[in-house]
Amino acid sequence: MTLIDLANPTRFLSLTAKLLPWLAAATAILLAVGLYQSAMAPDDYQQGATVKIMFIHVPNAWLSMFVWGVMSLSALGTLVWRHPLADVSAKAAAPIGAAFTFLALVTGSLWGRPMWGTYWEWDARLTSVLILFLMYLGLIALWRAVEDPSRAARAAAVLTLVGAINIPIIKFSVDWWNTLHQPASVLRMGGSTLDKAFLIPLLVMAVAFSLLFITLHLAAMRNEILRRRVRALQMQQASQPRA
Amino acid sequence: MTALIALLRRDIQVALRVGGGALIGVLFFLIVVVLMPFAVGPDLALLKKLGPAILWLGALLASLLTLDRLFAADHDDGSLDLLTMSRTPLELICLTKAVAHWLVAGLPLIVATPILGLLLNLDGDATLAVALTLLAGTPALTFTGMIGAALAVALRRGGLLLAVLVLPLSIPVLIFGVAASNAAVIEPAGFGAPFSILCALSLAGLVIGPLAAAASLRHGLD
Repeated sequence: MTLIDLANPTRFLSLTAKLLPWLAAATAILLAVGLYQSAMAPDDYQQGATVKIMFIHVPNAWLSMFVWGVMSLSALGTLVWRHPLADVSAKAAAPIGAAFTFLALVTGSLWGRPMWGTYWEWDARLTSVLILFLMYLGLIALWRAVEDPSRAARAAAVLTLVGAINIPIIKFSVDWWNTLHQPASVLRMGGSTLDKAFLIPLLVMAVAFSLLFITLHLAAMRNEILRRRVRALQMQQASQPRA
Repeated sequence: MTALIALLRRDIQVALRVGGGALIGVLFFLIVVVLMPFAVGPDLALLKKLGPAILWLGALLASLLTLDRLFAADHDDGSLDLLTMSRTPLELICLTKAVAHWLVAGLPLIVATPILGLLLNLDGDATLAVALTLLAGTPALTFTGMIGAALAVALRRGGLLLAVLVLPLSIPVLIFGVAASNAAVIEPAGFGAPFSILCALSLAGLVIGPLAAAASLRHGLD
């Protein structure tokens, strides 16, 4: 079983049809366990119950980066290997990644309100995630601007790879800019030394969200393949002379 | 090499002649800077404080708007097809076109900076700092913008889409450009670090920009 075997969309469809129910079930179980553990986790001595936002916020933030990584791999698949499903994967991942990024922003902002006393702080992390969100939106706009999917795919692949090079630079420059403008005005979490009571639910949630992404991604890829088939059939029908 | 020099000369000549529209970027830059006092008020102290930021924003937008034509004009008259089919590597052709574009569209912005600095009540040192940072930073803007211009030609879409794609990528240049200009005014010791990073961004753009632009042109024009 290699990636080449999946190049046939029909085989991909039949394989994912078998795989998806299991993935969805595993996601649901892990999410339930993770949410239960998060709800049972003790309150933080400083932040009280609001610390529980972390269990939603951090997995979303991780995935916002991870999805760009998946899209970059797909972009390589489009440009280098010409894998027929690579652009389907890239196109399906973009809105999901944007959604995760948006959720990370919203939960971060809701968490910031009780902690920092404001919904929005030009904090380095928030700012770079916001820029990442804008880049996702630009990419989706590019996908939507062009009718022919294969033409849009190559352009989007170039842009995704340039973005992948640029994201660390943006992250670094925003960090630098932030320390220049407002040193240590922001209350931070108690470092990376998380207690086990928080760490285990967080890891469970992270795995659950990753599974959620894989499930949604495969489902979206199936939809995209079917959508393209419908489009091809419609074009075919439109081009046939009426009897 | 001679082919590249010929291309450079041709691009500069085309841009400077009637219909080239090279200097319209400077005019746009001037208008953006003149608009600012109407938005923030004619307070000279405030304008002095915001001056480097206003000049950098103006230059960023001006260089973005002129980039639209970098490949589009050549695509319209068919010479871009000849260029992509020539024996010279497409990456070098893109690089040459970017250099030519910077010479006719980027350099005039820097020349205009001292005059615009006067309007914003910047003193000599600050104006010099802004001009220097623009000199080091605008190549990076041209090279990132070139990727967007190549995508726009390949997709036959331009305008707003180009801006939406390119502007987030140019945030680092803006950050370090304004930081270096401000550092020159407030504490000269802090000028070196952001200025060096700005130069590094331009050099990185020099490598990545032509590669990515050539890739999108090659894949887009078929």
